[in-house]
Amino acid sequence: MKVNKSLLPLVNPLSKDNPVIVQVLGICSALAVTAKLEPALVMTISVTAVLALANVIISLLRNTIPTSIRIIVQLVVVAALVVIVDQVLKAWNYEVSKALSVFIGLIITNCIIMGRLEAFAMSNRPWPSFLDGIGNGLGYGIILVIVAFFRELLGSGTLLGYQVIPQSWYDAGYQNNGMMILPPMALITVACIIWVHRSRNKDLQE
Amino acid sequence: MNRQSNTYTIIYSTVLVLVVGVVLSVVYQALRPKQLENIADDTKKQILASARIVPEAGQNISDLYSSYIKSSYIVNNKGEKIDPSLNAFDVNVSLEVKKPADERLLPVFECSTDKGLKYILPVYGAGLWGPIWGYIAFDSNGDTIYGAYFAHAGETPGLGAEIEKPAFQDQFEGKDIFSKNGVFQSVAVVKVGKETADQAWVHAVSGGTITSQGVQKMLFDSLEPYSAFLSSLKSETANSADDEVPVPDVQNN
Repeated sequence: MKVNKSLLPLVNPLSKDNPVIVQVLGICSALAVTAKLEPALVMTISVTAVLALANVIISLLRNTIPTSIRIIVQLVVVAALVVIVDQVLKAWNYEVSKALSVFIGLIITNCIIMGRLEAFAMSNRPWPSFLDGIGNGLGYGIILVIVAFFRELLGSGTLLGYQVIPQSWYDAGYQNNGMMILPPMALITVACIIWVHRSRNKDLQE
Repeated sequence: MNRQSNTYTIIYSTVLVLVVGVVLSVVYQALRPKQLENIADDTKKQILASARIVPEAGQNISDLYSSYIKSSYIVNNKGEKIDPSLNAFDVNVSLEVKKPADERLLPVFECSTDKGLKYILPVYGAGLWGPIWGYIAFDSNGDTIYGAYFAHAGETPGLGAEIEKPAFQDQFEGKDIFSKNGVFQSVAVVKVGKETADQAWVHAVSGGTITSQGVQKMLFDSLEPYSAFLSSLKSETANSADDEVPVPDVQNN
């Protein structure tokens, strides 16, 4: 597939350079927020918003930031954005903010964000940095959504809270797999995705 | 200007922090009213949950709350209503439980359900990692629990956190907190397989021993100051009990 070179920062992280399944970053939050689809979607939106904005801000400031405190500057910017996201969620979607509780605060420590700021935004212009932020946020989000889809479907029999497994199945003896709700199954699901992804992308195999 | 000099670094970080500080305070000020509204709605939802009233999706919690909770007031530990100027909803239970029993403000919410008038009382205590709290709805006899709602700040998922699940909370239905002689004794939370001789009991959460003990202690400590108030309800209903249909035995779960 040929893509415009200027869109590479947006497209690459979706598959070839995916932050979760190729760079194996941000795994901790992938375990925590994927028991249900809704928090996974909200987390995706939050991380994408924080990452894109932080990338643009750092990219704009990149020529003024003193080298000796650049990590601190990055952290301050990310932390401020995360607090804003947290406050907005508390005001507009209190239920989800309760469900995500500490994980919103933990966006600050999400390795993907610090990684992109240091590796990309510090040395690129704002527009590519913005695309890179959106791309990596979505690349992270795709994996969260896939994992959450299977965990919610198999673990609770619902999707986005709506019952999808018909009652007749339960009457016939079908049971929700309670283990899917527990964190270890998120890791195993991520591993399965990596397995499928590697087998389709031979050049990623080591 | 030399970007590596100490002066530049110090000025840069000062300006950055000031700008960020201003932005954050503006955001906080702008969103605070909406957030307080959400917190109040959440509390109302919890109060209603103890009387097993669950809002449907998209339903306005405040409307639902005012349609059920017809009156609320504050009593003292002698069961007398005090200071009608204070709003029971605004009492911070987490601060009240730290005071001696005779100084506490004890909120009571009267909830008129289709199964009669219920009295909802807040409880507050400590779990393993942090605070646990809840609301207990009593039948109008002031003795039998109609429903219970518990929540926690950070108990272990799958273990202590199970106290917020219906499987634990539903056990409280039909439990009497007074002994046959009218002595307050609360509800015991006992290990699966055990039971208490003359006290009402529920099963603890397996693997959540400290949290379960916390629930037991919370129930006793928070409900005991109410015992005069609840006893007065009990004697009121006893006087008018002649024309009442006897309540059927609730199944022993």
